[in-house]
Amino acid sequence: MTILDETRRADATDVALFEADAVAPLTKTPSPGDTPVGVKRTLRRATLDERFNVIGALAAAAALTTLLFGWFTPLTSVVGWVVVAFVLFIGFYSLLVALRSDGQEVRDRIMTVLLVSSGVVLFSALVFVVAYTIIRAQDALPHLNFFTQTMELTGPLDPLSMGGIVHAIIGTIIQITIALAITIPLGITTAVFLNEIGGRFARFVRTISDAMTALPSIVAGLFVYAAIIQLITHQRSGFAAAMALTVMMLPIVIRSADVVLRLVPGNLREASYALGTTRWRTVWHVVLPTARSGLVTAVILGTARGIGETSPVLLTSGITAVTNFNPFAGPMISLPLQVFDFVKSPEPAMIARGFATAAVLLLLVVGLFFVARLIGGRGPGQLSDGQRRRVAAASADDVVRMANAHSAAPGRHAAIAPELPAASSPDPQNLPKEPSQ
Amino acid sequence: MARPERHGVAVIDERRSLAARPSRSDSIFKTVTFSAGAVTVGIMLCVGLFLALRAGDALSVAGPSFLVEQQWSPETKVFGIGAILLGTFTIALIAMAVAVPLALGTALLISEVVGGRLRGFLVSLVDLMAAVPSVVYGLWGLFFLQANVIPVSQWISTYFAWIPIFRVSDASGDVLTEASAFTSSAFIAGIVVGLMVVPTQTSIMREAFSQAPVGEREAALALGSSRWGMIQTVVLPFGRGGIIGGIMLGLGRALGETIAVYMIISPIFTINWQVLKTGTNSVSALIALRYGEASEFGLSALMAAGLVLFIITLIVNFTASSIVARSRSGAES
Repeated sequence: MTILDETRRADATDVALFEADAVAPLTKTPSPGDTPVGVKRTLRRATLDERFNVIGALAAAAALTTLLFGWFTPLTSVVGWVVVAFVLFIGFYSLLVALRSDGQEVRDRIMTVLLVSSGVVLFSALVFVVAYTIIRAQDALPHLNFFTQTMELTGPLDPLSMGGIVHAIIGTIIQITIALAITIPLGITTAVFLNEIGGRFARFVRTISDAMTALPSIVAGLFVYAAIIQLITHQRSGFAAAMALTVMMLPIVIRSADVVLRLVPGNLREASYALGTTRWRTVWHVVLPTARSGLVTAVILGTARGIGETSPVLLTSGITAVTNFNPFAGPMISLPLQVFDFVKSPEPAMIARGFATAAVLLLLVVGLFFVARLIGGRGPGQLSDGQRRRVAAASADDVVRMANAHSAAPGRHAAIAPELPAASSPDPQNLPKEPSQ
Repeated sequence: MARPERHGVAVIDERRSLAARPSRSDSIFKTVTFSAGAVTVGIMLCVGLFLALRAGDALSVAGPSFLVEQQWSPETKVFGIGAILLGTFTIALIAMAVAVPLALGTALLISEVVGGRLRGFLVSLVDLMAAVPSVVYGLWGLFFLQANVIPVSQWISTYFAWIPIFRVSDASGDVLTEASAFTSSAFIAGIVVGLMVVPTQTSIMREAFSQAPVGEREAALALGSSRWGMIQTVVLPFGRGGIIGGIMLGLGRALGETIAVYMIISPIFTINWQVLKTGTNSVSALIALRYGEASEFGLSALMAAGLVLFIITLIVNFTASSIVARSRSGAES
């Protein structure tokens, strides 16, 4: 571990020094002489004029549209109002800007308005999709039985105080666990192969796995249905669903793990090799720990994709209303498939259950996403404070250990490293402390 | 290094081989990772070969007419993906018409207009939206959009009926206006799929834009360019590869999307050019619809449809990734 830790520490210190230089450059401000120094202006704030333009154009557009819709023309509908108001707003705004500026600036302002409005439309639409699901889920989610019962004894006409989705939750957990148990070792080892071994075959593997990211998920399901269910097991099962998820997730995990491993700085690897380590030790002690947070993020994001996929599961897992713990026999439903199954029914109670199941699935995915963000927020080699302290402690221990080993057998070590200062002072008090950063 | 005398009686030591001799742990490591790569390739080639072999039965019966035949009844040996492929592309193109302007605008907004904390927040939000399960989008499309977009469809078909694809008419050519003629259309499915692929496209485009060199940006601004002028002359040309690549990767996803489309459309097996009218189809929805009742031969026909879809998305994705890769430095191995 010492090699890696020292390298990391040196790396982090260099970066810190470099950043400190970049933040506070040693520039000299020339003396202004007799020239009067004015008040410092904020350049980033919008001026009063600009604000007036926006607010005025908004007010004019809203007023004119309301006039058009209420009095002048037989126009109706909210969508129409918004579209007409937006077009009028652009018109008024460019007119107002044109009063004070040239064509370049008018074009700049209009494009800025268009960019901002595309962002507003997109984000409000996406947030609305999510919020709509959560709001429609309010009917069924407050019933605690939703999380503790199955649909075994509940029919379509039963009230929401009966039945639940615990069987689908269990199914999802079992299927994704099996899929991950195959995907993580295989995917990450393959990514290590692509990055650390290389060669012509590695290029071939990368091409093939890139190609498989294009495989539509329904085709992955169809493959498992035809190859495993029809030829081997002759029944739908959780295992078959897990296989379909594996075929779908494996290329995703390989691709993102490949990207993460590529980000590991080459000088860490070279330092390790220069110290005489083998390839295997370099990968295990340098490359993988450095890329750990990125790899975890890759796996979690792959998991989030896998959990939410409906189409491969639709063909392979089968639909059931009872809990099934055995992935090898009998149908085993999962959360996305349960959503799909619920909303096929016209009954309001079933649709409410469908929305609640979708909300549970959504919260699960969002939760996984935030875990991934917490872990993967840092780049490779960057440590949190706690990690840095642990690394420093381990480093200090190593120095003590080496010093002790040296004092136990002075002759042998002196022959190897006669000028090593730490070797002559085996006193833990004098050891170099971790530089404070 | 002390070498023995050349002309003396001393033996000339043999030239050492410089080839590395891996230690045992290294050769084990190499074997293990190599076999992991081999297993991965094996699984994936297995999928491809299996699809191709099983699809071969149906393709040999149907012949080239598989690509143009509209009917789908493998039992009577009359089947093809003419209508289905057209529906798939219709939905995907409508999705692109919705997604590309939004993705382009939002990517420019995030990379050029907003800054600081808001930018980080929006980037995370886009990434989060890319992870939202497609069944959630399907629910929204089925229960909210379906009911609320019909007035818009009716308005378009009333005022733009002179464009053939926006006309909504029955078999005898009479114009339809009632709401039931507008449900479950390719238009609605396209909007939902479009929203689904926007986050993917946005994040690829934003990444390409943020790699536009700072020097050129500052040069443009220093020459007196406005922000939009700078975007036009620096950011967009540098990000062109990212824009095209992002669009095509989104297109690949849109072509393969199943569950949201399956929930919204009402499947038909004839070519429907009127995108606002009820009824369309897509390859993946066809597979989801027909796999359960399919015979051995029917399954082979579905495999053939899946294979065609796979080949199309494969071409789209490879074109996209080669365009994206050419525009930025990536791994060359």
